[in-house]
Amino acid sequence: MTAPRAGSDANSSIELRNVVVTAPTSQDDATILHPTSLTLDERRIAIIGGNGSGKSTLARLINGLVEPSAGGVNVELRGGSTSRSLDTRRDGAAVRRAVGFVFTDPSAQLIMPTVVEDVSLSLRRSHRDAAARRAAVLATLERFGLQDLADHSVHTLSGGQKQLLAIASVLATDPAILVADEPTTLLDLRNARMIGDLLMSLPQQVIIVTHDLELAARTDRAIVIDGGRVVFDGDPAAAIAQYRNAASQ
Amino acid sequence: MTAASPLGEYIARPGPLHRVSPGAKLIGLFVFAILTMATGGAAATTIGLLLAVVIAGIAGLRGRDFWRVTRRFALIAVPLLLFTAASAAFARDGAWGAHGLDLPSAAAWAAGFARGYSVIGDLLALVLVASAVTASTAVEDMLDTITRALAPLRRFGAKPERVALAFSLVIRAIPSILGIAQETAAAARARGLERNPRARVVPLVLRTVAHAQLTGEALAARGIGEE
Repeated sequence: MTAPRAGSDANSSIELRNVVVTAPTSQDDATILHPTSLTLDERRIAIIGGNGSGKSTLARLINGLVEPSAGGVNVELRGGSTSRSLDTRRDGAAVRRAVGFVFTDPSAQLIMPTVVEDVSLSLRRSHRDAAARRAAVLATLERFGLQDLADHSVHTLSGGQKQLLAIASVLATDPAILVADEPTTLLDLRNARMIGDLLMSLPQQVIIVTHDLELAARTDRAIVIDGGRVVFDGDPAAAIAQYRNAASQ
Repeated sequence: MTAASPLGEYIARPGPLHRVSPGAKLIGLFVFAILTMATGGAAATTIGLLLAVVIAGIAGLRGRDFWRVTRRFALIAVPLLLFTAASAAFARDGAWGAHGLDLPSAAAWAAGFARGYSVIGDLLALVLVASAVTASTAVEDMLDTITRALAPLRRFGAKPERVALAFSLVIRAIPSILGIAQETAAAARARGLERNPRARVVPLVLRTVAHAQLTGEALAARGIGEE
């Protein structure tokens, strides 16, 4: 296993301390993630691994959608001279507001019937006034090139448009960190590249769980998970080589 | 995973009902429901149904939408009609006699079916008017209205935003669950199990629960509903 590169260039970091995740089965508890300690402070991090390897569980730990069975996960947010440390177990709601999460299937993420309403739902908390909220929604749609689809039903959108909207709706809440769980898996090549370019251009720290090795190669650090264990952590090119090698055996 | 159904779906087509405030429409729906339940008889039901059809038409529902609403409603309406008609007829002049059960007279059956028509017709009218409200009101506007209406209850610890969100999620769940029902029925047909209720009901229940869980996760992923 290679050590991650030193230094942080993001305004946030995530620390996993001896985290274990287990799930009850009919016989015994199954271990989904074996004891894992990581400090994630690069701006772009990829998590790669086979199906059922535990990479989605690792991603879900970061915003508290999954709680560790043992150990702890801390999200550190830095802004100017102040910093805030949030524990995913203790400060679950605050963590979820600070860490946006994008699902593999955008249809599962879109809640409201139309594009404009779905983004608006994200902004209800920060913009109580309807007129101000409407203006913020339109600005968000324009930022993501969705303004022409504002009144369209979310069910009539293409896969790429749905994923773009899902990301826009999450980013509308202005999270410090974005975790994306296989955001390009259901997309064709063109849309996968479009979503990849978008994720790489964001000011937020972005953690991407992916099978898309082209996307993983564009990150600052890649973590390979196999059987619930981190088997490689470091340079993306070396991580991809390790993953390809393991997959071909 | 959403059914092509006007139930719970907003129709983005400007119309007279779209311009009415959501609060007024909700009060109107409430008043319509009270009047429907308060008035009895086939004539009142027919008037209520005609009025509901007109209101739904103004909201943008068209022939195919009416057919979809009525077709789905028929699944409940037909057994309910038979049950209501039979129970009303037997209550009128059915009895256990010396030779067993005496069947009600033709007149009693006629009265029973009139009662059944009244019950079913009232329900269909309410479904149509409720569809008209959801078809002509954006969920966003409904959320704002409910939040405003419940704001005075804040001092008693109520959370209007959360109640409004729950309300809108329930409305949104109607087409989603209908969509899941269509998909599970298609999956059962694909395996030649269209007549097997278990093949249709079990996946429907499981997928509906999974849908609810996913919606909760989608809200949590945006930090919504936890304030």
